[in-house]
Parts: sequence; structure tokens; C-alpha cells
Amino acid sequence: MDVKHLEEKARGLRKQVIEMLYAAQSGHPGSSLSGMDLLVTLFFSGLLRHDPVKSDMENRDYFILSNGHACPALYAVLAERGYFPKAELKKLRQLGAGAQGHPHRGSLPGVEISSGSLGQGLSVGLGLALASKLRKNDKRSVYVMMSDGEQEEGSTWEAVMYAPKEKLDNLVALVDKNGMQIDGFTKKVMPTLDPLAAKYRAFGWQVQEIDGHNLKAIWKALVKAQRIKKPAVIIAHTVRGKGVSFMENSEHWHAGAITLEQYEMAMEELGS
Amino acid sequence: MQNLKPLKQPIKHALIATRQAFGETLYEVMKENKSVVALTADLGESLRMLKIQEEMPERFFDIGVAEANMVGIAAGLALGGFVPVAGTFAVFMTRAFDHIRMQICQNNLHAVMVGSHGGVSNALDGGSAHALEDIAYMRALPNMTIIYPVDANQTEWAFRAAATLDGPVYLRLYREATAVFTGKDDVFKIGQANIHRTGNDVTIVAAGPSTVMALTAREQLKIAGINAEVIGVHTIKPLDKETIIKSAQKTKRVVTVEDHNINGGLGSAVAEVLGEEQPTLLRRVGVTQFGESGTYPQLTARLGIDAAGIVRAVQQIVNN
Repeated sequence: MDVKHLEEKARGLRKQVIEMLYAAQSGHPGSSLSGMDLLVTLFFSGLLRHDPVKSDMENRDYFILSNGHACPALYAVLAERGYFPKAELKKLRQLGAGAQGHPHRGSLPGVEISSGSLGQGLSVGLGLALASKLRKNDKRSVYVMMSDGEQEEGSTWEAVMYAPKEKLDNLVALVDKNGMQIDGFTKKVMPTLDPLAAKYRAFGWQVQEIDGHNLKAIWKALVKAQRIKKPAVIIAHTVRGKGVSFMENSEHWHAGAITLEQYEMAMEELGS
Repeated sequence: MQNLKPLKQPIKHALIATRQAFGETLYEVMKENKSVVALTADLGESLRMLKIQEEMPERFFDIGVAEANMVGIAAGLALGGFVPVAGTFAVFMTRAFDHIRMQICQNNLHAVMVGSHGGVSNALDGGSAHALEDIAYMRALPNMTIIYPVDANQTEWAFRAAATLDGPVYLRLYREATAVFTGKDDVFKIGQANIHRTGNDVTIVAAGPSTVMALTAREQLKIAGINAEVIGVHTIKPLDKETIIKSAQKTKRVVTVEDHNINGGLGSAVAEVLGEEQPTLLRRVGVTQFGESGTYPQLTARLGIDAAGIVRAVQQIVNN
């Protein structure tokens, strides 16, 4: 894996996200920026079996974005990968656009499920992983990305509890642990969410904790997660709004409109 | 399942619960079709799935007491090319509503959600176990088909049809054993109501096993000189408007009956159709409160959704 090349890719895609959100004058920059490195590593390192030209390829791996509000990042990644023309990105949140405010299955190639209401993606991922197991020679993997705020949903834990029962070694969960949610720092809103790793371990998952902005660490963790013979979760410590100084760890940037001044500042910081 | 022939007197009919017929039919369908998989949230026995668990364990998933996860997993299985049949008590389907809304209906996936113990049919368990709202919220979901068989015989046809339908299905079942009055000759087609008895004075539109109550009420009304037409509605959504409107044009009076809250169920659906297309005198027989413990006959009498309740509503509307 060419780390430098992918870091460059991630930087460019962060700019793409800022452009999309500025054009839409709404959306969720915080999580779109915090999860970008995870998405770039998964989609550009060759780990994910997929075909942008044939998005419904029969033996593809599945990627499920459970924290749907981070979809600008997913759309940008999919367009960069060639799933659909980049012109679609500029229509984010417009009436009739494929780039819906939250993912809507079928509205764009590569968007596997609808999401936005939190705590659902892992269950759907379990179903896909089970379906794969039911077909004896099917070796596909299922990747589910979640937010840390989403870990507060009860249904998340219904799914966490169930995956080891079925020994779903083809399931990899990624938690974009940026430490923030709508009402502020997760430590403040839900101080008992931590220790998160211990909770997953207690249910029988293989747990890795990594720096979610270190592409090499992400890649290594994904490779290990694929090989391990039980459900694996990668808890990625990230920074909300990563890459744009005034958005980083800011309580104001879960969602919101970007002004022209902020747009110019963000684009300059992300560089050319 | 027993092959039952139609009999003339409802009261002498064999009593079989629709959930029983469901379990047996699901077993047969899963034997025939390897892409059908069964899920339950710790109610495999209640939904008569134990034989499936024993004989086809690889296609049976007990998700535990976790209805939302069950429906989410069903969505994934559907996306993965299988036909999931996910069953729990109708009253607990509420807990999976958001997953049904987002993953099953918005994605328009073919999954059969089975809500057993519908209405007050889980009588003795009391108010917390009575599902009186499920039809209302399922009706509000685009793409959803709602099937509520009138008896055990029809349940077999209903489930076989549901298993091959495209899109989301909610199948509402009963715990209580009720009279099997339809026969193999009764036509079953999703979206098509059945006129079980013809009459000219009033139309009784009934859903599910309440249709048995309507048939009994019809016999009592006959003594009073009232000739009622009885329509059994097994598909509440999409509703067979044509049959209902035609009958209303003939009788000029309609009474609906259902084991469900009076708001949002069959009565509301019929009122919407008649209000817009064939304004007709209407009385809705349904539940207006939460349930409580009691036997099924006691409860339906207290809540006014038994044959006597239907007779009262018909008399009101006929004398109007």
C-alpha cells in the first residue's frame, strides 16, 4: 500500500467534502472528515473486493455506512473510485439528487443500504454476513462503519451480542470514535460509554484500538480483522472535523452551513 | 395441515389458531424453497417453529429477545438473496418499527414480518400483551402489504402468497383457536376481499378472525329480519376498494369490525375509501382502550368486538 499516495487522496477528498457541504449549505462536516481516512484505506488499498463499474457484482464485499450522516465522505469516495460521475456530488441534498442528505439505497451506485436512523447498520451487516455463510462457497466480507455516539443505541448492542453467537468471522465493524456527538463531547453526554473496547471484548469480539488517521495502522488493522476467526471491531480514535482547524473538536461542527469565509479558510488549510 | 371442507354452521367448525397453520405452512415452504429462512425473537415455540429449528437448524435463527436486531438481520438476509420470515408477537413488532421503516420498507425488501397473537387473542396475558396498534402503524408505511387471514385454512394460502410476493409483508396472526370456515374452494388472492355471505340490508366488513364474529352476528340479525352481507378482508393494505364500494352501493350501510384499536385499522381504511368515493352510513366496531386480563370470549364481549357488539352496531345503523 502506497501510504503517501493514499494520504494525498484523503486530503483531496476532504476538500471535495468541504466543497459539497458549502454548495449544499448544510450537512455534517464533523463525521465526514473524521471517518475519511478509514474510508480511503478501505476503498483504495485493494482490501475491499468491489467493482465500481459493476456495483452489484455478485461476490463483492459489502460496505455499510451505519452512521449515515457521514455520507458526504462516502459519496466523495465512491465518485473518486468511479462509481458515478463527480457531477453528482455537487447536487448533494438537492431535490431529486442521488446524493441524498442521508444514504438512500439505490439512489447512487455503491450505496448498499439506507441509513441515518442510528443503530441499524450492524444488524443489517449481520444479516449480510449470515447470507454469505449460508452460501457455502461464498467468501465475501462485510464491513460496517459506525459512529461512537451510535454506540448509545440499544439496538447496536443487540447486534454486538448476536454476532459472536453465529461466529461471524466475515464481519468487520469500524467505530469512528471521534469523541463527539450532537450535544457535545461523548465523555460528557455518556461518560459510561468507555471503556468501549472492554464491552466488545466481553461479548466475544476481537478488538483493535488504533489511531484512525494513521493509514498504515488502519490498513494493518483491517488485514488482521479479515484473518481473525471471529467478529472483529476496529475502534478508530479520530478527531471530529479532522484537517480543518476551526472544525477540529469543535462542538459547533456536527452539522451546519459553511460561510464563504470559512470555506476559503478550510480549502486553504487543506492545501493544493 | 388438516384439509378442511367448508361447513354451513360456523359454530360447528373445527377450531384452529392461525399461528398453528402458519408454523406448519412455513415448515412446508422451507422444505420446498431453500432460500426461505426463519427468524424469531425468542418465540419459536409460540410461532410453531420448533420443527423447523430441529430439522432445518441452518436456516433458523433465534435472535433472542431483540426484535429490532431481528428485523435488521432480516433486511441483511433479504439483501443477500434470501427470503426472511421474521416472527414475534404482534405487540412486540412495535419495538422493531424503525428498522421496518428504514431497512425493510424504504429499501423495499422482500421480507415477511409475522406478528402473532394479534389483537386481544393473547387474552389472559393482559393489556401489555394485546396488539391493538400494529395495523395502524404498518398502514402508514409505503410499500407494505398487510395480510390478516380470517382463519387457519386461509393462512396457508396467505403465507404461500406472502412468501412469493415482491416487497415487505406484515402477516398478522391469532393466538386463539378460531373457527375454520373457508374451504379449499374459496379463492384467495392478495388484495381481493371475499364476500362470504351475501345480503341486502347492511354490509359487515370484517378483518381477520373477527370475520367469524361477523358470521355469527349475521345469523342473529337474520332472526331480527336483517339480511347482512359479510365481507372478509384478509388484505388490509392494499384494500379491495372495489368490492367494498360495490357492496356499500347496494346495502347503503356499512359496519366494520376488527380486533384492533378503532383508530387507524380496518375501520379507518374503509372510512377513508367510503368518505372519498362512496359516502355511506358507517359504524366502526373496534377497541377504544387498552386491554386487560380475561378469557378471549370475556374480553371481546367487554370491549364490544364480539358478535353481540356487531349486532348492536348494525341495529343502530339500520334504525338510523
